[in-house]
Amino acid sequence: MNELVSKKKISNSSGQIRAEALFKRVLVIIGCAMVVLVLGILLTLVIESIPSLKSLGIKYLWGKTWDPVNNVYGAFPFLLGTLLTSFLALIISIPFSFAIAIYLGEYQPQGWLSNFLKNTVELIAAVPSVIYGFWGLIVLVPMVRTLETKLGILPYGIGIFSASLVLTIMIIPYAASLGREMIRLVPSQLKEAAYSLGATRYEVIRSVVLPFTKSGLFAGILLSLGRALGETMAVTMVIGNTSLIPNSIFAPGNTMASVIANEFTEADHTVYLSALIELGLVLFLVTVVINMVGKRIIKKFTNE
Amino acid sequence: MQPRIKYRAAKSKFAQAVIVFLAFLITLPLIAIIVYIFREGITKINWTFLTHLPKPVGESGGGIVNALIGSILIVIAASVMAVPVGILCGIFLSENRTSRLSYWSRLSVDVLQGVPSIVIGIVVYFWIVKPVGGFSAISGSVALAIMMLPILIRSTEETLKLIPFSLKEAGLALGLPYHKVILKVIVPCGMSGIISGIMLSVARIAGETAPLLFTAFGNPYLNTNLARPMQSLPLLIFNYATSPYDEWHDLAWGAALILLFTVLLLNIITKLTTRKWNVQL
Repeated sequence: MNELVSKKKISNSSGQIRAEALFKRVLVIIGCAMVVLVLGILLTLVIESIPSLKSLGIKYLWGKTWDPVNNVYGAFPFLLGTLLTSFLALIISIPFSFAIAIYLGEYQPQGWLSNFLKNTVELIAAVPSVIYGFWGLIVLVPMVRTLETKLGILPYGIGIFSASLVLTIMIIPYAASLGREMIRLVPSQLKEAAYSLGATRYEVIRSVVLPFTKSGLFAGILLSLGRALGETMAVTMVIGNTSLIPNSIFAPGNTMASVIANEFTEADHTVYLSALIELGLVLFLVTVVINMVGKRIIKKFTNE
Repeated sequence: MQPRIKYRAAKSKFAQAVIVFLAFLITLPLIAIIVYIFREGITKINWTFLTHLPKPVGESGGGIVNALIGSILIVIAASVMAVPVGILCGIFLSENRTSRLSYWSRLSVDVLQGVPSIVIGIVVYFWIVKPVGGFSAISGSVALAIMMLPILIRSTEETLKLIPFSLKEAGLALGLPYHKVILKVIVPCGMSGIISGIMLSVARIAGETAPLLFTAFGNPYLNTNLARPMQSLPLLIFNYATSPYDEWHDLAWGAALILLFTVLLLNIITKLTTRKWNVQL
């Protein structure tokens, strides 16, 4: 009887040992799976864009006309559209995101008012982009159209400028919340030293807080740039979707992401489809590099 | 000296006023969006709206039941795929903090977090839609699951890292096998953080449109078969909002209201629970 029990115990514990080994193996496999997933994404994009790389070559990237009907492909209008919308949005957003970061990090780190602002910023990041697009299309575009009429230019409404405005709202949270974290890391001795020398609050912010957090704030800007470059839906809905080179910031255009969204399911032959995927590959590489650099800077900053 | 000091003090006050003004200006667009969508959407939502299919162009009325059901099914399928993988990967990363594999794995998760959603749509199109030969809801779920992973993994890893090492040692000292220590001691301790990670990731993907364009594709009819094209709320909003028909705009407003409030509610609930349980995310 006793022997039976101990045998059962032994088999039971050997089962446990096996389960333990299995569990560890599963963890390692899943850890590998993440690497495989990312490599798979890269590989798929590269393989599928080979037809366009072969037939269009590298000059595809600065070809000025995009005319799939006549088999002419040039990505320059989309590169320009992406750069214009992203940088315009970035420039408009910087004063706001820095103001939020400074307010939450320095002026009012606690209290209901700063909690309210913090939650608002987080909710802005949570609103789906298709809703920004819809709202932008119905509310923002007519406003831009009125502005354009007043300025005396062709009142399209939709276009690069409207897309930038929508993007601005969408990317502010990223730079703002990161900037806040960074500003909080400023050692209080530094600030106190400046105050004890008679510096005003503004002077402390300008000559202690901002120089100290410079690289962190820059990383925040990079991350929001990465966000802006890849944003698809909201931009697609308000940018106007023409493949001509935009001649002003108020003209309609197209970004890399929006042209993929619009034409991917319509692309009826290999080179056309592959040209679109090549845009996706460029988008992937650029956003990955920007994100990696941004995260590297943050890591370095927080470790110091 | 006196006027100089006064000037500096005034400058400081002025700078503060500008910063406070700019900082709070950001609340305007959020309030504007919520108020506008609420005003436009609330009049459209009624029982018919929730239980009927969209009417063809030209007829008013109709509902969005296909998108509601589709969204729920796609998100559930995505969660079923992503949650176990995400939690296990989070465990792996928090258990192996310095190994070479975990370095590459962590890097991959970082990369994944930054990949534009449209790119994931393209890739899943070539992985599933093209080999199978047709758009399907399940391919949309796979795309969304890939987007959920980074959030899930990060929140699991960060939560489990905070759990004291002594708990694990106590479990191991009692002779508990490794997997039981992890699954019955460590993970339950970090449950609140993991659950908020799940809710945040669901909130993030519930409103994603771009990866669904080439995968779930959309469907004007009610479909509950995951192997066939399926409508979802964000897809419906995109298609109807960019259409020129007023009746379709009405449907899109109602759908936008439902989507917006679901997503915001999920976020707010997560925030309240994390505050209550004192979770660091």
